[in-house]
Amino acid sequence: MSKQEFTVTVYTENQIGLLNRIAIIFSRRKINIESLNTSPSEVEGIHRFTIVINETEEVVRKLARQIEKQVEVLKAYYNTNEEIVWQELAMYKVPTDEIAEKVKVERLLREYGARAVVIRKDYTVFETTGQREETDKLIAVLEPYGLIEFVRSARVAIIKASSGFHEKLKEFEQTEPGEEVIENEFLNKQDEVFTM
Amino acid sequence: MSSTIEMAPKKIPAQTKATNISGSEAVLEAFLAEGVDTIFGYPGGAIMPIYDALYDYQEKLKHILVRHEQGGIHAAQGFARTSGRTGVVFATSGPGATNLVTGLADAMIDSTPLVCITGQVFAHLLGTDAFQETDVINITTPVTKWNYQVTDATEIPAVLAKAFYIANSGRPGPVLIDITKNAQLQKFDYTGYEKCTHVRSYRPKPIVRKEYIEQAAKLINEAERPFVIFGQGVILGKAEAEFMKFIEKAGIPTAWTIMGESAIPTDHPLAVGMLGMHGNYGPNVLTNECDVLIAIGMRFDDRVTGRLDKYAKQAKVVHLDIDPSEIDKNVKTTVPVWGDCKETLPLLTELIAPRVYPKWLQKFREYQQQEEETCINPELNPTTEQLTMGEVIKVLNELTGGDAVIVTDVGQHQMVACRYAKFTQSKSNVTSGGLGTMGFALPAAIGAKFGAPERTVVAIIGDGGFQMTLQELGTIMQSEVNVKILILNNQFLGMVRQWQQLFHDKRYSFVDIASPDFVQVAKGYRIEGNSISQRSNLKTALETMLNHNGAYLLEVMVGKENNVFPMVPQGCSVAEIRLK
Repeated sequence: MSKQEFTVTVYTENQIGLLNRIAIIFSRRKINIESLNTSPSEVEGIHRFTIVINETEEVVRKLARQIEKQVEVLKAYYNTNEEIVWQELAMYKVPTDEIAEKVKVERLLREYGARAVVIRKDYTVFETTGQREETDKLIAVLEPYGLIEFVRSARVAIIKASSGFHEKLKEFEQTEPGEEVIENEFLNKQDEVFTM
Repeated sequence: MSSTIEMAPKKIPAQTKATNISGSEAVLEAFLAEGVDTIFGYPGGAIMPIYDALYDYQEKLKHILVRHEQGGIHAAQGFARTSGRTGVVFATSGPGATNLVTGLADAMIDSTPLVCITGQVFAHLLGTDAFQETDVINITTPVTKWNYQVTDATEIPAVLAKAFYIANSGRPGPVLIDITKNAQLQKFDYTGYEKCTHVRSYRPKPIVRKEYIEQAAKLINEAERPFVIFGQGVILGKAEAEFMKFIEKAGIPTAWTIMGESAIPTDHPLAVGMLGMHGNYGPNVLTNECDVLIAIGMRFDDRVTGRLDKYAKQAKVVHLDIDPSEIDKNVKTTVPVWGDCKETLPLLTELIAPRVYPKWLQKFREYQQQEEETCINPELNPTTEQLTMGEVIKVLNELTGGDAVIVTDVGQHQMVACRYAKFTQSKSNVTSGGLGTMGFALPAAIGAKFGAPERTVVAIIGDGGFQMTLQELGTIMQSEVNVKILILNNQFLGMVRQWQQLFHDKRYSFVDIASPDFVQVAKGYRIEGNSISQRSNLKTALETMLNHNGAYLLEVMVGKENNVFPMVPQGCSVAEIRLK
């Protein structure tokens, strides 16, 4: 199994220290977090972590279970890039005189879907939203004109197949545990396994 | 993120009148409501308000003053292991709290239910590098099942309820609650204690899936060479009776991990011994010959599996565990049966056909015979002049009849004791299995005795491990704890020496450990003792130890360079186990 990019989506309680509890699950196994975002979710009071890592599916599956094992975590999902819609936001600060003189700003904005957030005498800040390659391209374009600062946000992602967490939460709020489905590679191949 | 704790809505009876109490009193009230009667602890600046409140609770709550916080937490572990109840620890902030870390890690990996209360500096001093301030929550996060810092007394009843619930439900584990001094002092309107029974984000046990039980039963019913291996899950789940019914109906040979030992009597007709690196010959070799491997409440530790890619590859694996993250973690499972084995085992027992496997069981006995000749007999009935650890355990078995609680430390004596000790009842084998904490046994034995006061508790310890926590002799002296301390002294850090002999060309690097006169040390603590090195004195000396009214230390000098065999060398498959 080869490594690929996975996006782990974690629904949690809103609790101090939980970020650390989740982060050390990765660092303990010497796995680098490529990107991490925490935000509110569609459900009031429930937080949502979006974590991007490069790993094999097997490792990610085990990580998701370790995350779910934490007391204040409700659910952890993991998805490949094909299974999600995702975006990152990037900001670029460039000297205004350079950019006004040498670049056709209008074309730049149109081509890269960028937007000028601030225009001052000394600098201009552009912002663009997109996937990694798109925001990277604009860096390349702006670099020759004296890119002063660049920053990119963590990934935020929507799971295509998800129908939200409202229903799931109701299950969790019942005193009796709901049905937890855990993938097992053999269970889908029962015919092979159970003819002995 | 907000700092308030998520709790189920409180049901307060209408007529309940609030009483004005301090946070400290609320902690002790919570203990009483949870049925706590014994606390192991050590006072200090930041936990003084709780100790002040404890002064008025002395009749209801027994506090054992230990000599070091590590001793306190190991004692609480011993208490939890023999009683099945949650162990409770008090420690102060800073060094008091950091001294708990080894015990927390030990309890985490061995799934021991603990609630540890640490004092913390005043909330307004957090982050200022105040005297005895340390970031306990972050230090302990990887080694606790849950932890929480309380800065407001009104949170205490709900937080403590949640702590006890989490510590001893599902797969048990240690919980640490850090309480700032202002919260301990703060007075608030207390309306009573309500036990926690549900935390919405926490699933103590997964729902039992009938279809997997059926599939597991099918595999078991069709098996020709099934093999049951079990761990501490059977004991933690209080499922000894259900487990016994299962194996007896199934008729399947059964082996235990070190943590599962004593869940069934060691001389049960289906018992084939211990798994793992220094386990028995048959169960290790035949793991790689069985056709269905039924793992119950165990986690396929590397000391059990040896080389994973050569572990039970021929077998279909049925894995019963309460912790879903254990399924497929190390060994691929054919049928996962997640759930509490107290619930799943009876369902499984119902669906399986009564069977016997005389030929298959005979195979285990044949391997056992070989092991008897090569390893066991020379260890238990030696012809050498020097005593062996095994013969000490053998005589101990004869004298206790297998009814004693055996608490072991870590190293050669631990392996020998776990290999040869006889057990007739559950919760009798207390050892540091996962973490391998030297220094565990002496304090754990203290707690084990409080957890099972009517039982004989024998701490078996090496000369190295004893020197790690021998300050707890002070606790034994002061609290008059009737534990029997049996030091098996080979004048070496024996397990490391064994590895250096076998794998490092006999380069004995810093394993030659000198010891004080242990009997004199015990005498200094007013504990009776004796030291022997002759076989002719062994039985009498052990009898004296067991019959002595109170704590007793017996040092037995054993052969210096004896090795523990069989052994699965690291990196080898279980089938490559060596008899010498």
